[in-house]
Amino acid sequence: MDFNYLSTILFLPAAGAIIIAFISSRNEKAIKWTAFIFTAVPLVLAIYLFCAFDRSLSAAGTIQFEEKYLWIAPLSAHYHLGVDGLSMPLVLLTAFLGFLAVLISWKIHERPREYFAWLLLLETSIIGVFASLDLLLFFIMWEIEVIPMYFLISIWGSGRRDYSAIKYVLYTLFGSAFMLAGILSLYFTTGSLSMPDIANQGLGMVQAIMPAGAIFWLLFIGFAIKLPMFPFHTWLPDAHTDAPTAVSVMLAGVLIKMGGYGMIRLCVFMFPGPAQDYAQLLIILALIGILYGAAVTLMQTDIKRMIAYSSISHMGYVLLGIFALGQVSLTGAALQMFSHGVVTGLLFAMAGLVIHNIETRDLRQLGGLARQVPTMTVVFSVAGLASLGLPLTSGFAAEFLIFLGSFNSGVVPNIEIYTLIAVVGVVLTAGYILWLIQQAFYGPVNKNFDGVKDADGLEKFYMYVLVAVIMLVGIYPAVLTDVFKLGISPIAGLFGG
Amino acid sequence: MIPYQYIWLIMLMPAFSFIINGIILRIFFKPKAKIYGYVTITAIGLSAIFSVWALISLLTGDSHEIAVPDITWAVIENGVTIHIGLIADQLSIVMAIVVSVVSLMVQIYSLGYMHDDDAGYYRYYTFMSLFTFSMLGLVLSNNLLFTFVFWEMVGLCSYLLIGFWFHRKSAADAAKKAFIVTRIGDFGFLAGILILYLNTGTFDIAELHHLAVTGVLGGMVLTWAAIGLFAGAIGKSAQFPLHVWLPDAMEGPTPVSALIHSATMVCAGVFLVARTMPMFIYSVDAITVVAVIGGFTAIFAATMGLAANDIKRVLAYSTISQIGYMMLGLGAVGMGLAHEIADGHLHVGTEEMLVIAKGAVAVGMFHLFTHAFFKSLLFMASGNVSHSTGTFDMRLMGGLKKTMPWTYAVFLIGSLSLAGIWPLSGFWSKDEILVSALDNQPVLFALALITVFLTAFYMFRAIYMTFHGEYKGGATDDGVDHSHTHEAPKVMVYPLVFLALLAIFIGWWNLTGGFADFMGHHVEHAAHSFFGGLFNPFTHALPVIALLVGLFGIFSAYAVYNKKWITAESIGKFFGPLYTLVFRKYFFDELYENIIVKLALVKGLFTGFSLFDSKGVDGTVNGVSSVVISGGRAVRQAQTGQLQLYGFFIVLGLVIIGLCVYFFG
Repeated sequence: MDFNYLSTILFLPAAGAIIIAFISSRNEKAIKWTAFIFTAVPLVLAIYLFCAFDRSLSAAGTIQFEEKYLWIAPLSAHYHLGVDGLSMPLVLLTAFLGFLAVLISWKIHERPREYFAWLLLLETSIIGVFASLDLLLFFIMWEIEVIPMYFLISIWGSGRRDYSAIKYVLYTLFGSAFMLAGILSLYFTTGSLSMPDIANQGLGMVQAIMPAGAIFWLLFIGFAIKLPMFPFHTWLPDAHTDAPTAVSVMLAGVLIKMGGYGMIRLCVFMFPGPAQDYAQLLIILALIGILYGAAVTLMQTDIKRMIAYSSISHMGYVLLGIFALGQVSLTGAALQMFSHGVVTGLLFAMAGLVIHNIETRDLRQLGGLARQVPTMTVVFSVAGLASLGLPLTSGFAAEFLIFLGSFNSGVVPNIEIYTLIAVVGVVLTAGYILWLIQQAFYGPVNKNFDGVKDADGLEKFYMYVLVAVIMLVGIYPAVLTDVFKLGISPIAGLFGG
Repeated sequence: MIPYQYIWLIMLMPAFSFIINGIILRIFFKPKAKIYGYVTITAIGLSAIFSVWALISLLTGDSHEIAVPDITWAVIENGVTIHIGLIADQLSIVMAIVVSVVSLMVQIYSLGYMHDDDAGYYRYYTFMSLFTFSMLGLVLSNNLLFTFVFWEMVGLCSYLLIGFWFHRKSAADAAKKAFIVTRIGDFGFLAGILILYLNTGTFDIAELHHLAVTGVLGGMVLTWAAIGLFAGAIGKSAQFPLHVWLPDAMEGPTPVSALIHSATMVCAGVFLVARTMPMFIYSVDAITVVAVIGGFTAIFAATMGLAANDIKRVLAYSTISQIGYMMLGLGAVGMGLAHEIADGHLHVGTEEMLVIAKGAVAVGMFHLFTHAFFKSLLFMASGNVSHSTGTFDMRLMGGLKKTMPWTYAVFLIGSLSLAGIWPLSGFWSKDEILVSALDNQPVLFALALITVFLTAFYMFRAIYMTFHGEYKGGATDDGVDHSHTHEAPKVMVYPLVFLALLAIFIGWWNLTGGFADFMGHHVEHAAHSFFGGLFNPFTHALPVIALLVGLFGIFSAYAVYNKKWITAESIGKFFGPLYTLVFRKYFFDELYENIIVKLALVKGLFTGFSLFDSKGVDGTVNGVSSVVISGGRAVRQAQTGQLQLYGFFIVLGLVIIGLCVYFFG
């Protein structure tokens, strides 16, 4: 491979951020078009990589588009990028939503220069997390992401934005502290920072300074906070409620996926023993997340907060799929991460549009909008139906694979019962989604909202693109599962799956 | 023989009209409103023609199934592939005929009925096409996974069409209720599929049949899987205790009720049990549950029909009750077989056993078949009535016989058929169920016989209140003058006449055991000639008794609601609390909505969770973090800048490592 595709995808947004920093803040157009180009090109490249990705079964577990250069010799740290079946779709998703986030932000007029610079830096850091194969690089990318998020929420947010922003930072750093400890322990134990090497060779335990289980937990806590897993989830509703729309989209769409990705890549792949030992406990936490998250969602009256809580419930399915430890369940979990990214991304974009156009976010005051904003109603309904797992949408494919895979995994005791409990969640999900749709769009027409604007051309464009992806994955999930399973099969192989 | 591609077309024609209406016409042409209707009618008409062609092929051909090759859809695991495929046997083709023919009539009728809602034509016919496609997919699918997919799709269409007039809160509420209540049943369906896949590794229906018959799939696994599937059927078919959504679903446009909530989607539960019958008969427990729930629902819903004043709700309760009958028909025959198998009395080969098992659905399916035509007819006739009077409240009607003769005639035919009066279709199918219930379960037979009386009574109560006596003036609250009633336009009458003919004659298919034979069910004492079959019932006690019970029901309604020898009020007083119980629908809505959902879940548990989340989880964390922040402030005394917070966490990390090493090392 002569051309370093991944590095290009990774650093183009950051380069765009630097260029934007030098454009006058008054020249809004130039800023936005720069952001547009520096996210559109990575997207095109990511699509190209996704298409060029070797899907043959012999490619299972291999790293593709690898780039490796020695970086810090004394630590044997490398600048090491590459994607396998697990990370490829997530890189694509990040580039995709990063691009759409720019479009969604098109109506930002407050301090656009800084806004778009931070937004682009955010994209780079998230792609970095998914594409890094070196633990140090991974950690640095993981940490960089906090900074743009802090500024984006605290400056362009709404409501209690300072509180929410600092809460986000504190939670993340708290988790990172554990994660750093975990990574250092891993490094001192194995003497390597290379993620593939550690995973392939297993923990040598030559100079074990602590049991594998302890390292597992150190890493896990960092990821669990990001996912978020009950009881570490309360930062999420606050951050979402107060973040600007595009940031909510990135946060729900890809940022929290870093948690699930980290769990699969580091916790499960490197520590199969502890993962299996603690699987039952973690699945119970997943079930609490699913049902408790859904119950709390039902009680929300703020449109964005409601979608935020629904994410907690949906990420519970991811956790269930991961720790059921089966080939199909892990594939389902990965697919659910992608699907949730697109579906909830769309839901947040729509909620942002409702708040922007109707200037109300309280569901008790909304209502009857279907006549006034028909396009938004249809798209919101499609997103909602995907979220409740209706067949022919990505949500169904993902949830069904998780249920099927978990029920059949056989690795974890009593998994059948846990799975059936999780299935109850789909009834609650239907409850809050339909309530949300009815509350906002159905019922008698409200005269106060006469003359509110429906989606304009640009908004229709990104809405329809997201709907198309949701339907594509729902109708033909193999477009993603064929890739995911290549990354999953060596992991599931550890458990005989 | 019909080429297999046409089987695909049966299902795909409405999908084409969905795409043409929903995308091509809407975006590029924006034609006149009626065009959407014509597109849909053409497509579904072709579906109906192909269905009939397939039926003729099966009737005349040697084989009981038209082979349709599978299409590979996805490879989920190494070596495990999911196919999309259709099954074109007697059961699915009979269902395809019901769906396409009733749908065709409903679409034609809707041209007139939806006339006031010109702007809604597009949305209406797009949804109707989608529904018909999904419903045909559901009945033709050869794979439980895709059955489930289509099962959810018809649920979605039902949701969209019940809430068609979404600006009315009652319609939006009813739509939501229908979706959520059926989804509770779907939980069981999904669990059933998961259990089956865990134990067999397949979703393929034919394979599952084979595994059940050969005994590979059996025991508790089979029982639970079957009960799971039946739970799905309970939700979709509005059986007790998930019946509450169907009466509310009458908020949708009447043609929607006629198609989805009487003839097709609500019968999907019956179809699902029929489709998986070879599994049910290997579990005495599961099939008993089917029979008992069916028998109980039949009488339970019929009693609620006695007190309803809304003509569509009377028909809705009647539908629930008749579906209970169908379940009873499946259950009773199945129980007989299940006991024979369990006792080891049946000694036949696998292939023969499969035929017997599939044939066991003939009785229940025959009632589904006849019911579909006369019930959709009744619904659409009630639509005509409301078209003219502006209301569905029978207390505001009366005397419509004179001004609406055609509607009256078809409504009467439908009611006679439903009441099981010889020689109309309903008589033949109901008789079959009574016979098999008597053979297998005397208690359920008694319930079914009482239900015959109740059915005849509430239907003729409706007829006398609506069509006889004096006209009470119709609706007064819609600002339109309804003092002069009129017959519905031709487009709303012709389809009903066609359905009325079916309601009279279609039952004759089985006079000499033709339908049963077609389904693979061997009838021992079938009549040999047409007239022999037609008059055969009078040579047996049971059909005569059932007929007399039905006639007595009609006579009672005549006495109370026409001649008023006994007034309805005095009956209400006589039964007192019992009447209140029935009138308030046994308080199930109150129990579910007010007590379970509002009080126990929302006000209790969920509010508790919500408080716990903000005060408990978040509070604890905030408490801890305020300690951390004040700790951070202490550090900040010595340093400046943001970075020290970061440093603090790194120090925290190092401390954690230290502790870990100390404790574990």
